[in-house]
Amino acid sequence: MLEIKNISKDFFGIQALKNISLTLQEGEILGLVGENGAGKSTLMNILFGMPVIHETGGYQGEILFDGKPVIIKSAKEAMDLGIGMIHQEFMLIPGFSIAENIKLNREPTKSNIFSRLINKKLETLDMVTIREHSKTVLQEIGLGIDELLPVIGLPVGHKQFVEIAREVDKSKFSKVKVLVFDEPTAVLTESEAENLLQILKQLAHKGISILFISHRLDEVLQVSDRVVVLRDGEKIAEKNQSETNIIEIAELMVGRKFKRFEAIAELKPQIEDITILKINNLKVSMPGEYVNGINLEIKKGEIFGLGGLAGHGKVGIANGIAGLYPASGEIQFQGKPLKLNDPNAFLNSSLAFLSEDRRGVGLLLNEPIDFNICLTSFYIKGRFTKNLLGMKILNQSELDEYSKKIISDLDIRCLGPHQFVRALSGGNQQKVCIARALTMEPQLLFVSEPTRGVDVGAKQKILEILVNLNRRLGMTIVFTSSELLELRSISDRIGIVHHGQITDILPPDAPDVKFGLAMSGIKGVVQ
Amino acid sequence: MKKTILSFISTIGIPRIIIAGFLTFLLITAFVLGMDMKRLLSDSLVRIGRNSLFVLALLPPLKAGVGLNFGLSLGALCGLIGLVVGLELGITGINHILLASIIGVLLAVVIGYIYGVLLNQTKGQEMMVGNYMGFATVSLMCTFWLLAPFKNPSLIWAIGGKGLRTTLVLPEATGQIIDKFLSFSFFGFNIPTGTFVLSSLSCLIMYFFFKTRSGLSMVAVGSNPIFAKASGIKENTIRIQSVILSTVLAAIGMVIFAQSFGFVQLYMAPLMLPFPAIACILIGGASLRKATLLHVIIGTILFQTLLTITLPVVTQAVAISGEAGDITEVLRVIISNGLILYALTRKGGD
Repeated sequence: MLEIKNISKDFFGIQALKNISLTLQEGEILGLVGENGAGKSTLMNILFGMPVIHETGGYQGEILFDGKPVIIKSAKEAMDLGIGMIHQEFMLIPGFSIAENIKLNREPTKSNIFSRLINKKLETLDMVTIREHSKTVLQEIGLGIDELLPVIGLPVGHKQFVEIAREVDKSKFSKVKVLVFDEPTAVLTESEAENLLQILKQLAHKGISILFISHRLDEVLQVSDRVVVLRDGEKIAEKNQSETNIIEIAELMVGRKFKRFEAIAELKPQIEDITILKINNLKVSMPGEYVNGINLEIKKGEIFGLGGLAGHGKVGIANGIAGLYPASGEIQFQGKPLKLNDPNAFLNSSLAFLSEDRRGVGLLLNEPIDFNICLTSFYIKGRFTKNLLGMKILNQSELDEYSKKIISDLDIRCLGPHQFVRALSGGNQQKVCIARALTMEPQLLFVSEPTRGVDVGAKQKILEILVNLNRRLGMTIVFTSSELLELRSISDRIGIVHHGQITDILPPDAPDVKFGLAMSGIKGVVQ
Repeated sequence: MKKTILSFISTIGIPRIIIAGFLTFLLITAFVLGMDMKRLLSDSLVRIGRNSLFVLALLPPLKAGVGLNFGLSLGALCGLIGLVVGLELGITGINHILLASIIGVLLAVVIGYIYGVLLNQTKGQEMMVGNYMGFATVSLMCTFWLLAPFKNPSLIWAIGGKGLRTTLVLPEATGQIIDKFLSFSFFGFNIPTGTFVLSSLSCLIMYFFFKTRSGLSMVAVGSNPIFAKASGIKENTIRIQSVILSTVLAAIGMVIFAQSFGFVQLYMAPLMLPFPAIACILIGGASLRKATLLHVIIGTILFQTLLTITLPVVTQAVAISGEAGDITEVLRVIISNGLILYALTRKGGD
């Protein structure tokens, strides 16, 4: 049905896909699994002719559809060929009813006097038929709700089913041959997910080929005929469902040889058996990264890693404690309770936070480096001040001296402390953020995704800074990262977050499979 | 050589070079037409001093990310009330100025707070809301001027005996009192020393203010509100502070303006007051993203000189060619509004 041959794609020199080949038979369900950044989305974007692909120089390799080579240049061409997609983000019009959304742009119409005289586009919508069709299709997929309800108020699970209903309805009236499901179960409850898997099977039974992308390994194995594992843009394995098991897939998905960071291997940890930070039932409502009841104890002097897949809430933890998003629960720092939802209380308790959103939260892009470095500690702690007629004003000479020192300590490549931060590279901007946090002289530092969007050299330098802070100065670090390898290279313990909760806390040298399973929400089934 | 010229142009900015060029052209024309150059330049100095505080008042909200304060007239109205109360009580001289300033500032703090809260509620549309707020309040105050229980016969309409007149003349002892303070003649130019000292002092205070905790947090809020939040700075409070500061400066600015002008103009007079001030700071090179004290100073000097000199020069030139007309007013409107429009289209700033 669909054959993808030796597809490669690079974004400005960074290889996203390397020689991927896939085949999809008629009526087959093919599971596609991989970590964030493994190349799944890029592959789907190629299949759908998304502009992002063509704007960045196209791809190498070829796609055969029904045995004929095709070049898909836009989503419309993909649809005309008979490729449909259930999106991760909802492509629904909120103000329209379910029925209208299902039939959008494919509405059955009746002719009227104007349409006969002027143009076919002026035909009246046949609302009766639209309702009937929608009703049938909703029943078929087991969503027993009124088809005239507006989409806007629906729970996310229902929205997902409306999207599915649209594709199913399409398949009745036009030749839908391939359907791609991109993380359809991410927002569904367990029973809803179960229901969805049934629908997948029914669709496959009708002869539609399905490409099923999911992080939930158990679901993938439950419905797929074959499973393809992607890792770092390469196809690592292709297994028949009957010949494999969840443990093998988890291992394949994560499996990279990890190496401890050199500096960390040399220096002895200074971990004391004192709980410096105690998190009790922390809930954070950060959109896209909900935290749903975390309990955690961080030991003084350790580097605690927080890992997990994107959207599962690992990033929300630090943001919630830092007071940037509404949070509830109990936090104890150095034995004292920490007031939540108050950035001031957070900063006043010798805590500091390096946001994952460097440009949005971490920096004043239109201000010079020294101002960025000093502002928080100037404001909170009154550092770098001098007296002028009873007013406390900024002591520029003290600040200059300090910024020059920290610029050379952290190796920030710049023209001097008065250069604007906007002009710096990503890695150097990150170092400015670190400098700002260090100027607060924290006991415990939260670091989120410090190496995102940073080149390899700067990445090493940033990790080295973190290791030095911890091993030499005894600073406790809570290190959040999407890159498991990076987490394992410097952390002393790693907590894996799934659906807003900690599934498992693992040592960095735990077997790959444990990490893989923990990320899909399964704890310790392996011996 | 070419490089240094280019970098000079980019630091000064093309708009300022064009305006400075136009200004030079006007001065040469005035000279050629044999006009009284000393008077022209003296007048310019007076106007620069007179308007400087209004322009300075725009700086704090601009730094705090509230945008251009189109509601500057609110502060000016507070200053006007202070002046009128002084007139009513028959206080003259420096006491009049002090009383007017104190009343003006007290009112401005209250009004500025309310206005700031309003602007926080309408985040993202501060400039439009401020504009309408200014217009509405000026109109509302027209009623106040009519109905307020002022009794001094020199202030109220002779016929009917109720309501303040549109233009009140300041007594001899109050008019130009600050302008004349330590005033001296320099090659025939009259320097309004007092006003210059006062506005320089205000600029200096402002300079140091932006190095204090409040001042720097204002810059942080304006530059990136989320960063400010993460640094424990309360965005809304800081924004209100900036608006209060602006309103207070405008109130004092009004008192300075009136003493220099010699008249207190009521009713619709303050309606368009924010526009020339805004044009000043924009001509000085400020954008919605970036504004400095230097922009205030350069802008006030360029724009006010331009306005002072254009009027007589063009009138003279037009009179020579045999036609009369109020072309300068047209020019003034085009320049100030054109500049505001230009600045708003370049929201990103450079």
